[in-house]
Amino acid sequence: MPILRDIKGTMLPFWVTLRNAFRKPVTIQYPEEKRQPPARYRARIILTRDPDGGERCVACYLCSAACPVDCISMQSAEAANGRRYAAWFRINFARCIYCGLCAEACPTWAIQMSPDYEFSKYSSIDMVYEKKDLLVDHGGKDNEYNYYRHAGIGVVNPRGGNEDENPPVDIRTNMP
Amino acid sequence: MIDWLSVLLIVIKLVLIFAVVLTMAAYLVLAERKILARMQLRYGPNRVGPFGMLQPLADVIKLLTKEDLIPAGADRWLFILAPGLAAVTALLSFAVIPFSPPVTILGREIPMVVCDLNVGVLYFLGLSSLAVYGVALGGWASNSKYSLLGGIRGLAQLISYELSMGLALVPVVLQARSFSLTDIVLAQQALPFLVTNPVAFLIFLISVTAESRRVPFDIPEAENEIVAGFHTEYSGMRFGLFFVGEYINMIILSSVTTVFFLGGWLGPVLPGIVWFLVKVLAVSFFFIWMRGTLPRLRYDQLMHFGWKFLIPLALVNVLVTGAVLLWLRG
Repeated sequence: MPILRDIKGTMLPFWVTLRNAFRKPVTIQYPEEKRQPPARYRARIILTRDPDGGERCVACYLCSAACPVDCISMQSAEAANGRRYAAWFRINFARCIYCGLCAEACPTWAIQMSPDYEFSKYSSIDMVYEKKDLLVDHGGKDNEYNYYRHAGIGVVNPRGGNEDENPPVDIRTNMP
Repeated sequence: MIDWLSVLLIVIKLVLIFAVVLTMAAYLVLAERKILARMQLRYGPNRVGPFGMLQPLADVIKLLTKEDLIPAGADRWLFILAPGLAAVTALLSFAVIPFSPPVTILGREIPMVVCDLNVGVLYFLGLSSLAVYGVALGGWASNSKYSLLGGIRGLAQLISYELSMGLALVPVVLQARSFSLTDIVLAQQALPFLVTNPVAFLIFLISVTAESRRVPFDIPEAENEIVAGFHTEYSGMRFGLFFVGEYINMIILSSVTTVFFLGGWLGPVLPGIVWFLVKVLAVSFFFIWMRGTLPRLRYDQLMHFGWKFLIPLALVNVLVTGAVLLWLRG
């Protein structure tokens, strides 16, 4: 009987809405209650330090090359001990799309995405973050890793002197 | 000689009714938003004042300070007139609605109704027909295709449902043997007409929902088909008038339903005015509840339902009620 089905289909929803009216709303009241984003949430970008306190960034330009919107720029420089660093490092967050490609491209775990999503500004020029704004005092997602203890030129240990490294090979011994 | 005291009394009643109805309309908006929100597992407005109680005030300030735009191609005077028509016709209906039994003050019996017309039912029906002019003229004067479509839809819908609404009232008048709303309430001393004639009540409730252009009959302003229907081109307080008119209309129609079918102010223990308010609010809640529950009808479904189901049913109901009344009275 279609008419019975129609009457049921008209009456039943009233019960559903009334029942739901007495359930607790699922809304998160934002400024008072905040959702804890997952650890791998992609928001503000940070520049991390290795466990010995040095900057991880070796100014290799891979992040700025990977960036699809070209919002990362820097100038590389070299310290007296041969360690490379960024003389200045700038991210324009007004342009950043938070895709995380820079963090994936980084060979030294220096540039990482952090879950800090609350950084709106009144002016877009305030969204341009310099190196001092980006640098943090921890290792981000990996506090143990130090690039120079596994690879690179002899900054921490002489060249090829790290535990998991072989000494440099004389290429001429490879000749047949 | 004019009886100045009765003129003064009428003015006092008018001011009271205006104040109460407009405040109720404002808070009905808030109540609707709150209740709908809870049904959708949200909180609704709760930022302005405690529990969002100042939200109507904030809305009024927003609407008043918004730019008041009249489209270049619009028919200027009709465009200005239409929202007023919508709100004023809604307000005027309240003149005949008795909201409490007569009160005796200083040996003078004061009826708690602005004007107890002996053709109150016809007055109400006439004004609710006039209300469609607000929609039709607003839609036509805007000179926009969406507005025009909304206006035409509103017109067609109101003509169709006016009929079944009028026909649903005939059994009420038959039973009460009077067109006066006060007499209709008094005729329900024994049993409210909801019990004696539930079919008429159902037809009237459905027609009234269509009359107030509320979900599921809101096709004149169907957002996802014709933007906002007849008030697409309206902004600021002109839109506000349409909006407030809709809610005043909701209060009026709830009151009318209360008077015709729920026994008006009649009820045990509590004073009459409280019973009246409780019943009006209950019917208003039902309207809001229905909005949260039912989806919008398609235009042809609405017409089919009105002409092929409601009106024949109302006609049969008139005949049956008349026959039963004749038989009962010998």
